[in-house]
Amino acid sequence: MASVDTGGEGGGGHKKGPGVKKAKKLSTRVDMTPMVDLGFLLITFFIFTATMSSPTTMDLAMPKETDDKEKQTEVKQSGALTIMLGRDNKVYYYEGELTQENASTIFKSGTFKTIREEIIKKKQSVIASHAHDATCDKAQQKAKAAKDPDWQNACKDRDFVVVIKPTENATFKNTVDILDEMTINAVKRFAVVKISDTEKEMVSKTEGQ
Amino acid sequence: MPSVKIPRKSTDTDMTPFVDIAFLILSFFIMATKFKPAEPVKVETPNSVSSQILEENNALLITIDPEGKVFVNISAPNDKSGAKQRQVIEGINTSRGLNLTEQQKQAFVRAPIIGVPFNSLGGFLNLPLADQEKFKAPGIPVLDSLNNEMVWWVAETKKAFAGGKLLYMIKGDNNSKYPVFEGVINALRRNEEFKYNLITSREEAPEGTALYKERSK
Repeated sequence: MASVDTGGEGGGGHKKGPGVKKAKKLSTRVDMTPMVDLGFLLITFFIFTATMSSPTTMDLAMPKETDDKEKQTEVKQSGALTIMLGRDNKVYYYEGELTQENASTIFKSGTFKTIREEIIKKKQSVIASHAHDATCDKAQQKAKAAKDPDWQNACKDRDFVVVIKPTENATFKNTVDILDEMTINAVKRFAVVKISDTEKEMVSKTEGQ
Repeated sequence: MPSVKIPRKSTDTDMTPFVDIAFLILSFFIMATKFKPAEPVKVETPNSVSSQILEENNALLITIDPEGKVFVNISAPNDKSGAKQRQVIEGINTSRGLNLTEQQKQAFVRAPIIGVPFNSLGGFLNLPLADQEKFKAPGIPVLDSLNNEMVWWVAETKKAFAGGKLLYMIKGDNNSKYPVFEGVINALRRNEEFKYNLITSREEAPEGTALYKERSK
C-alpha cells in the first residue's frame, strides 16, 4: 500500500520511450481492516464489562419477637403448611401439626421443583374449606370497593399460612428461593421460624436414609 | 473463435458502512457501561422474581461471603465527607472501649469494607489501604448470640443515621449457610429493626403462576 511504484526503469519499460517517467496514480483508499479490528475489539471489551442488569432488592419483614401471648399471631392448624429446608436443596413439608404419632404419615420430602405444586394444592384446599363469617364479609366489601376483580376470593385464603423453617444445612439461596415462592404463589401470610427439635430430628432421620 | 471477455472486478469491498456500524455500537456501549464498583468480597447473589430496582441510599450493607464470613460497609451516597462513618466509629470506639487512635479512625472512614472482630479492628486499620484489600478477614462474629458483634455495628449505625432514612441491605452468597443469615437477622432484630432488603438478581416470574397472571394483567 504504502510502497511507491517506481516501475518503468527496469525490464518492463518497452512501452515507454527512453527517459520518460510516468507517475502512477495512487489510490486514495485507505485500508480499513485494522481500524475495524480495533473497533470490534473494543466492542467485545465493553460487552463483557457492561453490567446490564442492575441488582434488585427483595423486601423482607420479620415479626417482632414477643413473649406476650396476646400479641402473638395465632395460626389455625388446618390452614398451616410447614416447610423445612434441608441439605442439598432438599425440602421437607407437612400440613397441620406434627406429633409423634402422625409424623411418619404426614412428613414428606420434596424438592424446590415440587414444592410449588404443594403450596398451590394447599392453598386451594384452604379456599375450598373456607367458612364464611362477618369479618370475612367486611374484607370482601373492602376489596370490592377497591375495585379488585378477584374480590370474591379476597379473604378465602385468610387461614392459609406457610411456616418456613430452615435447618442449619440450608443455604442462603434456599431461603431466598422459598421466600420467592411465597411471592410467586401470592401467599399473603408466611413466617420464618426457628426449627423445633422434633422437626430437626425428623429431617436428619430422613436425610440419613 | 470469438472470445468472451470477462471484466475483471476488484475484490475490494467498501468497508465504510461496516466501520460506521461498528463504531456506532462501540459508542453505545461506552455510554451505556457503568463500571462495576470494585468488590472487595466476591459474592454471587441468588435470583428472585422481585422487580424492585436497588436504589442508592443511605445503607448499612451486610455482606455474607460463600464461607459465611460477615462484612459491613456503611454507604452514605449523599454525604461524601465521611462524617457518618466517622460518627459510627466514634460510637463503636466509646461503647466498646477500643481506644482507637485518630489515625485509625481516619482509616476506618476510608476503609472499603470491614470484616474483623472488634479485638483486631485496630490492627486491621493500621494496615495501609492496599494491604486491607488483600487481608484475609475472619469476618464479624455473629453465630454466638452472646457475642454477636453485629448488634453493635447495627446499633451505632442506627444512631449515626437517626432521623434520616437508613436501609439494611443484606447481600448474601448463594452458598452461604442459613445460620449466618439468622445471626445477622437476630442482630437487626435486637436493635428493633424488622425490615430488610435482600440484594438479589432479576428473574422472571414462572409462567402460569399467580404472580405471572398478576403481572401480565
